[in-house]
Amino acid sequence: MKALEDLGRGTQGFFEYAGGVANLSVESGTFIARLRVRAAETMAQAYFLGVQSTAIVLLTSLFTGMVVSYESAVNAVNYGISNLVGGAVAFTVSRELGPMLSAVVVAGRAGAAIAAELGSMVVTEQIEALESLGLSPVRMLVVPRLIALIVMMPILTVLADIIAIVGGGYLAHTLAGIPYDTFVGSIRSYSHYSDFLKGLVKAVVFGGIIVLIGCYQGLSTRGGAAGVGRATTGAVVISIILIFMSNFLMSLILFKS
Amino acid sequence: MNFARIDGVSLSFGDKVVLQNCSLDIKAGAITCLIGLSGSGKSTILRLLNGLRKPDSGRVIVKSTDLSTLRSEGLIDFRRKIGFAFQFAALFDSLSVADNVALPLRENTKMKPSEIDRTVHVTLESVGLEHVKDRMPSELSGGMLKRAGFARAVVNNPELVLYDEPTTGLDPIITHILTDTIKRLRRQLNSTAVVVSHDLASIYAMADYVAMLFEGAIIEYGTVEEIQKSPNPIVQQFLQGSEVGPIPL
Repeated sequence: MKALEDLGRGTQGFFEYAGGVANLSVESGTFIARLRVRAAETMAQAYFLGVQSTAIVLLTSLFTGMVVSYESAVNAVNYGISNLVGGAVAFTVSRELGPMLSAVVVAGRAGAAIAAELGSMVVTEQIEALESLGLSPVRMLVVPRLIALIVMMPILTVLADIIAIVGGGYLAHTLAGIPYDTFVGSIRSYSHYSDFLKGLVKAVVFGGIIVLIGCYQGLSTRGGAAGVGRATTGAVVISIILIFMSNFLMSLILFKS
Repeated sequence: MNFARIDGVSLSFGDKVVLQNCSLDIKAGAITCLIGLSGSGKSTILRLLNGLRKPDSGRVIVKSTDLSTLRSEGLIDFRRKIGFAFQFAALFDSLSVADNVALPLRENTKMKPSEIDRTVHVTLESVGLEHVKDRMPSELSGGMLKRAGFARAVVNNPELVLYDEPTTGLDPIITHILTDTIKRLRRQLNSTAVVVSHDLASIYAMADYVAMLFEGAIIEYGTVEEIQKSPNPIVQQFLQGSEVGPIPL
């Protein structure tokens, strides 16, 4: 009986959460459609969520590109197919690793920051203060962050793709002796612009997920400082899970052919 | 004449019953103070009056508008006519004092920046905070924070101002200043005020009417004198701060 109750509660909780996030998306979308956007706050959030995440995104992408290149280059040279290495690195990075790793890193940094900031505003009554002034917290807080990250995630992903491929080319050259022109030629032969563009579509979706989950977690914070901690952890964990799930679904849809 | 009326309102949070068939009239142009034990639902009544909470049953009527009939957009417009000074001020910590006070004017009105600056200046002056307008909330003392919260609550010239425990945790001098400020702002704005407080000296100094909330309902209502002379043993135990009496501790 208790197991059934737990199952029922869990199911109810899941649908309440999904409904809450869906409501937040619709409400944000309505404000954006009506052009009720705070431009200065959006720029400030683009700087904080996007520009200030650049270093950590570049660093993780550089090492990821290098390790992918290292693993493929050494074996490729052994099998005499070193002309495939550049293409393999660019293919993997642009379709999957670039957008996904950038999103995971941004979820850890920006998603956590969003949930913590909004959660603190809830427990210090600042959200109620906004409402009491006749201001919508969604318009004031969620919309600027949503637009900022939807714009900044593709930019971060482009930078991540470039640095990962550059790192991969450097490692392929220094450790496996693959000439740069072979590496670049391989990229030209075996990867396509559409791969990069579809990767950017993924980045836009990931940006939306990070902000909506971060904001929802923050705005539904209960229980003081401990609640802020729970909201922050939840924002990162749920965002990362959704990033992986949606990445799988988008790969199935976008790269069907 | 009533400015607002809470009519047979019941409200629960989960299993906890906060208000049970609670009714209260808020007289226009008066300061009504709400007293009662901690957790008795006083702050909830403030939140009902500006539509931040919805009752499970009963009606909240403000200026002949039944708040239950307002949809979210209507409720947002309605809240712009009501000021709310929060217990811990709830200033936006990323904005300076002046920007906190200016925010409702910038977002809700079409006033020019110069007009907004002038209005903010006058409002901050009226609470004695003009000299700290560029400071951040984290740089203010407790009393200053409360007054900055008052300034933000009244900058729109609201018809009703709600104060949630405005003097809690402050020294007697600051308490006296804040009490005077509430009285003066009510006169200047020609508004109605509802104050939740535990500070009896402050209540006696400013209240036109006092209502005592106990176990989810108003058990006594009247002028300060009437409340002080109330024959209700619960009211008397509360006013005397006695451990002995009918209030379960």
